[in-house]
Amino acid sequence: MPNAAPGVRALHLEMLRKMLLIRKFDEAAVGLAERREIAGAVHTYIGEEAVAVGACATLHDDDYITGNHRSHGHPIAKGADVNRAMAELFGKRTGYCKGKGGSMHLADFSVGILGESGILASALPVAVGAALASKLRKETKVVIPFFGDGASNEGACHESMNLAAIWKLPVVFVCENNQYAITTSYRATVSAEHIADRAAAYNMPGVVVDGQDVVAMYEATRAAVARARAGLGPSLIEGLTYRYREHAEGMGRMLSQPYRTEAEIEQWKKRDPIPLHKERLLDAGYATPADLVGIEREAEAAIEGALQFARESPEPAPEELFDDLFTNPIPIDRY
Amino acid sequence: MAEKTFAGALNEAIKEEMRADPSIFVMGDSARSGIYGVTGGLHEEFGDDRVLDCPASETAFMGAAVGAAAVGMRPIVSSQCAFMWVAMDQLVNQVAKMKYMFGGQATLPLVYRMGIAYGNSGAAHHTDRPHPLYMNIPGLKIVMPSTPADAKGLFKTAVRDDDPVLFFEDNTLMRVRGEVPDGDYTIPYGVADVKRKGSDVTILAIGGMVSRSLAAAERLEANGISAEVLDPRSLVPLDKGAILQSVAKTGRFVAVDSANKTCSFASEACALVAEEGFWSLKAPVQRVASLMVHPPFSPVLERLVYPTEDRIIEAVNRTLA
Repeated sequence: MPNAAPGVRALHLEMLRKMLLIRKFDEAAVGLAERREIAGAVHTYIGEEAVAVGACATLHDDDYITGNHRSHGHPIAKGADVNRAMAELFGKRTGYCKGKGGSMHLADFSVGILGESGILASALPVAVGAALASKLRKETKVVIPFFGDGASNEGACHESMNLAAIWKLPVVFVCENNQYAITTSYRATVSAEHIADRAAAYNMPGVVVDGQDVVAMYEATRAAVARARAGLGPSLIEGLTYRYREHAEGMGRMLSQPYRTEAEIEQWKKRDPIPLHKERLLDAGYATPADLVGIEREAEAAIEGALQFARESPEPAPEELFDDLFTNPIPIDRY
Repeated sequence: MAEKTFAGALNEAIKEEMRADPSIFVMGDSARSGIYGVTGGLHEEFGDDRVLDCPASETAFMGAAVGAAAVGMRPIVSSQCAFMWVAMDQLVNQVAKMKYMFGGQATLPLVYRMGIAYGNSGAAHHTDRPHPLYMNIPGLKIVMPSTPADAKGLFKTAVRDDDPVLFFEDNTLMRVRGEVPDGDYTIPYGVADVKRKGSDVTILAIGGMVSRSLAAAERLEANGISAEVLDPRSLVPLDKGAILQSVAKTGRFVAVDSANKTCSFASEACALVAEEGFWSLKAPVQRVASLMVHPPFSPVLERLVYPTEDRIIEAVNRTLA
């Protein structure tokens, strides 16, 4: 980073902090799932942190994101509180969704996280709608829907891209191509060479980015966000990345045949986004080795604190079962 | 009071609400040209930003309405039930579940105007009456008016509500005329309306089935049978109390529904009466609903499918046998 402007160092350190926070959060989640301390499915973002962190670093607090079942990384990158996120994994009343959503469905509307959707590409129309509101109200808010290579084959994805394009809506579609839809390679399911190539069909820019490089993700997203804020319409960014762990925790035991090799996994781990970014910080003189250890300790402490918060939080009470079904609830004798 | 068509009353409701609240906008299939007249003149008055013609991408635009609502707009989505199927993921997974699953964070002031069509040789793809399916999904309010006056008052309630509403418009009623009160008024959900008083049998009917039930009641009257015709006006919330009260008085219950019979609104209403009003009953409850077959194109065959005055009268007679 030669000739870095003021603030750039802080930005780069913050991106490391966020990536570490996500990594430690998900490492903790793996342990919780293994010990069956929490219920339900856990989909980790380990290995993919640079995509959400680089992209969200370009956004303001009042910009919006949506995400998917791999739900922990996007909210933390956008500024969610790890205590409330962790409490939601535990199904506690203090969780983001008061125990109604769980690991796959985090949301924090107060910082523009409009929800992680369990159904592939289902949140893309929602994201486009938030962008429509931004345009109709003559605001400059931008929306990033995060979705995967699998979701890129859903009709909802294509309809959303076309709708955003014809109305020139401020959407930056960020596709996290982690190579596999559960166990099916995108090479077997995507007709184009790159998912980003599909942008041409919707008359919008499409770029393939090294999704292991947080700065590359940041730069590509920044350009697309600037375009969106200027009213020039949507863009598609395909971040090439990799999921180190199985689709969901415990799924490895259910596979009857392998779909990828250990060598492939090891190859990707050599370009892990966190050491890659640490090296860059050291080379640029933005941090000393001691600084990096300190940042890592902070992340660990934050997650320790989140675990404690979640464990000590109260369970939801039975009388909360019907809460939040409606804004104006229906009396029980009429439902 | 002035006489207006069902479509005209809805059009008036939308215009008045849009004038009062700038966060309301209309989007949908050919919204600007105003098929059936409900959205007619809106584009002229409110302009491009408040009346949006959407591409034939029901998933995208029905879902986009959710996103716009989630950040504070109040969309009215115009479409037909025939096209809802392609957007089912959005209607079920986003519209109905978003608020609850995210712990109440989302507020979704949304109205989906859903035309239901039958009796015009649309054949199976254009002849859907799917309202009961949505009753099975928590998180949705479901309205189906039967008169122009009810349509206007209930539509205003729907637009002002902060929850998602599926507003089913029976297309067979669009040109029906009726007295509509002047100016601003609302009709709350969950309050049934007695369309005709009676003492021998309760006929519960919705949408286009109300006029058929009233016509049947006229013929029954000629035979000395006094039928009460009750219109719940909203299916969710449902005015259970009014239904049970009427049955307590008459002791006989017939539910008339344009939907397919199995798991219909009529089924749910009969279950309610059997469960909570059993000791008032003098005869078994009766469902008069569409036959369990797809509507055929042939007018000769199609007219066999839906409830008719004759079938309603036969059902009433079964309760009196």
